[in-house]
Amino acid sequence: MTVFLFEGFDAVMLARIQFAFTVAFHFIFPAFTIGLASYLAVLNGLYLKSGDTKFLNLFKFWVKIFAITFAMGVVSGITMAYQFGTNWSVFSDRAGPVIGPLMAYEVLTAFFLEAGFLGIMLFGRDRVGPGLHMAACVLVAFGTALSATWILSVNSWMHTPQGFEIAANGQFVPVDWLEIMFNPSFPYRLAHTLTAAYLTTAFIVGGVGAWHLLRDHDHDRVHQGTRTMFSMAMWMAAIVAPLQILLGDLHGLNTLEYQPQKVMAMEGHYESHPEGAPLYLFGIPNEEEQRLDYAIGIPKASSLILKHDLNAPLDGLDTIPMEERPPVAIVFWSFRIMVGIGFLMLFVGLWSLWARFRKRLFTDRWLHRAALVMAPSGLVAVLAGWVTTEVGRQPYTIWGLMRTSESASPLDAPAVGASLMAFVIVYFFVFGAGVFYILRLMAAGPHVYEEGLAEADGPIRTAGITPAQQTQAHEREEGGISRNRAPEIDTKTNEDGEG
Amino acid sequence: MDVVPWLAYSWAFLLALAVFIYVVLDGFDLGLGILYPFYPEKRDRDLLMNTVAPVWDGNETWLVLGGGGLFAAFPVAYAILMPALYVPIIAMLLALVFRGVAFEFRWRTQRWLKYWDAAFIGGSLIAAFSQGIALGAMVQGVEIDGRAYGGGWWDWLTPFTLLCGAAVVVGYALLGATWLIMKTEGPVQDRARKLAWTFGIGTVLCIAAVSVITPFLDSVYYSRWFEMPGLLIAAPVPVAVAVILLLLFRSLNVHHHEYRPFILSLILFALCFIGLGISIFPDLIPPDLTILAAATPYNSQIFMFVGALVLLPLILGYTAYAYWVFRGKTSPDEGYH
Ligand code: HDD
Ligand code: HEM
Ligand code: HEM
Repeated sequence: MTVFLFEGFDAVMLARIQFAFTVAFHFIFPAFTIGLASYLAVLNGLYLKSGDTKFLNLFKFWVKIFAITFAMGVVSGITMAYQFGTNWSVFSDRAGPVIGPLMAYEVLTAFFLEAGFLGIMLFGRDRVGPGLHMAACVLVAFGTALSATWILSVNSWMHTPQGFEIAANGQFVPVDWLEIMFNPSFPYRLAHTLTAAYLTTAFIVGGVGAWHLLRDHDHDRVHQGTRTMFSMAMWMAAIVAPLQILLGDLHGLNTLEYQPQKVMAMEGHYESHPEGAPLYLFGIPNEEEQRLDYAIGIPKASSLILKHDLNAPLDGLDTIPMEERPPVAIVFWSFRIMVGIGFLMLFVGLWSLWARFRKRLFTDRWLHRAALVMAPSGLVAVLAGWVTTEVGRQPYTIWGLMRTSESASPLDAPAVGASLMAFVIVYFFVFGAGVFYILRLMAAGPHVYEEGLAEADGPIRTAGITPAQQTQAHEREEGGISRNRAPEIDTKTNEDGEG
Repeated sequence: MDVVPWLAYSWAFLLALAVFIYVVLDGFDLGLGILYPFYPEKRDRDLLMNTVAPVWDGNETWLVLGGGGLFAAFPVAYAILMPALYVPIIAMLLALVFRGVAFEFRWRTQRWLKYWDAAFIGGSLIAAFSQGIALGAMVQGVEIDGRAYGGGWWDWLTPFTLLCGAAVVVGYALLGATWLIMKTEGPVQDRARKLAWTFGIGTVLCIAAVSVITPFLDSVYYSRWFEMPGLLIAAPVPVAVAVILLLLFRSLNVHHHEYRPFILSLILFALCFIGLGISIFPDLIPPDLTILAAATPYNSQIFMFVGALVLLPLILGYTAYAYWVFRGKTSPDEGYH
């Protein structure tokens, strides 16, 4: 029955929605795990170096969250690997000789590495000893970043293709692999996206820290790890947020060079500005009339940012043929969301520096509230950024060479529509549950029992101790009495005694 | 910039190898999901899960390599197969979502435990069944129009493909049961032995049915199996299958044989795989697309081939290491949970 709902739809449109939906969901998880894997490696390293159990404690707290997120990243990623063939088969056939090998390299170098050492990272501490366990943590972190590197090379090639020729059968065939991999937009996209992943993680970690600081504020039982993670996250924010704005600016300049239409859409420049273009802060893109309504802008500021000259002329979409113009409204807004969040992150980072300087980092409740609100901001910025990038390259899949409308599989709309509905339902349900479990773990916070007692002394098997306590933790959570944190207080005294 | 035959055939071989490794590795973890209903106790289920928890992700990565490798070396085949198998592929992906997250989610809740266990069972079953269907649909032939799929989106659905789906489910359950014989002890292991018997017999019946039908699907298959020179290569396969089955059933009754049933099941799968290869070669997608016609030019294939030659041994090495780290009997309390 549902199947007939889609008779009236265009199969290409449905395929686009399906791709955007599945990849957006997928990317949420790596955006967090890329950063978190590195953070875990750092925590584990700090623990090994200092022997301070607070780091081990934090490691054990975050590694559970990591495992859930990673599993969701993996299953949603497997979908992506098949999306190209199921919904974009014409594109796959033609672009396969170029992008296929790069994606296969991603599998061979990155996915296997992550998957192979993940088991040891999660389960193997007691079995392989601290040195190899540390190595596994580092390899997993390295694998996540490597994975991003390959896929971003592929994606960047689709934006700025080079190093290929077109064969008689219509296929893009590789001529120079180095040119293909290191295409012009790749370095910028890689740097900006990896930094985005670190920022995303920093704000999630910081948000969780802030939540516990806020909640336990009037008690004397703030877990040591809570302070540590909040402080580490705020350092990250303060250092990386400005860097990210710089990288974003460079990325934009690169885009201006290779995909000027995209920048026109981001800026809302429907018309050309021969004497310096304004930077529109607000406006309602009017696609019918091809103009920006209710525009509020800073005169000449856009020329200053993009050309470093107040009076430099900037072309608008009026110089681009109608059938080559990207949709403006989505790009315009998603870009503003990303940049807005970028500046908010900078603001929080600077605020934390100031609070640190005043020795109020752990007591400034407004800072904690701000950090809590900002916890998911990285994810929003990342998605907004991707929407800008991908919608801004329309109507092309491979810039200037292959249109989206020519890329899709020869499928009937009902097939694509039905699978789209299935993805939407399953993803919201399954990943919704996952997010709920993650939030619950986050709310429970790092516990002392996470140290697993004997662990600190060396590779003694702790099985049989942890699970029992684990079960108690579950019951506490499930019973809805998680606010009753009485059981911890006595253990806490222990810890304080030790520390 | 031409297609180079030795390279194309090597690629086809590597891909077949990747798919085979996937089938046996993820085969036993999907098999555990299929066997879950026979272990209703929570403690037993924890144990089953723990036997594969450290390795399942790596096992599933071979599926990504299978798909990715096909995309990389034979993109046109990938572009034809995926739309042709649209429904079973999407079903498989969604099923893998459920069973993949179940590994983590079931430790995070008690109220919902039974639902995530059901997701694990259903996900494993549907994934296995879809894989069987996809395989059957490929063997039965795919309609091609130019460089694209030419049929409808339900063409894959025939009695033969359903049979193949069932065969894969039963075969994976056998792998899962023999894996458990190896990784567990006591009552769990005893039950696994019984289950291995049941699913072993099921596997025999399925292999027989599929083998009898396949040569008659297409006269080409018939000639590849029953005419010279194919016969020379083909004849030993059924004989070997019979011998292995005999050994397997004997071994299931010997108490100190803990590894052997698993190894024998692996060999059984390998033989079926070779049989499949005999039917299909030199096609990539029967009946009309050969390996050579689907291959990409030298420049494209060699780039990854070199990498694969270096990386695959490395991957096999550290994968083996990971298995080695977690060797021996698993305890139900293990884990970071
Ligand atoms: C935490 C996430 C985050 C933050 C705070 C920012 N960005 Fe960003 N941005 C991304 C995350 C991101 C991203 C998701 O990673 C994108 C999508 C594709 C890409 O390469 O990076 C992106 C794309 C992207 C593009 C599109 C490039 C293209 O498609 O060709 C531009 C011009 C910028 N960014 C510029 C900025 C500026 C000027 C920012 C500063 C305020 C900024 N971004 C903050
Ligand atoms: C780096 C890996 C990525 C690759 C290779 C990739 C590739 C593609 C392809 C092939 C399409 C379909 C053709 C098209 O509509 O142009 C597409 C569209 C799209 N992608 Fe990406 N993408 C990637 C990452 C992302 C991410 C992480 C997002 C997150 C939001 C995203 C958002 C979108 C959107 C919104 C569209 C639809 C654009 C439209 O049709 O208007 N992409 N991308
Ligand atoms: C269309 C594009 C994409 C495809 C086809 C794809 C494919 C996949 C696959 C198959 C996996 C599972 C690997 C495993 O079995 O372990 C995966 C996971 C992963 N992907 Fe993607 N991916 C895409 C986009 C992206 C993007 C844009 C990034 C980052 C910039 C990314 C980063 C990762 C990472 C880090 C993982 C590891 C799992 C995790 O951290 O959650 N992927 N991806």
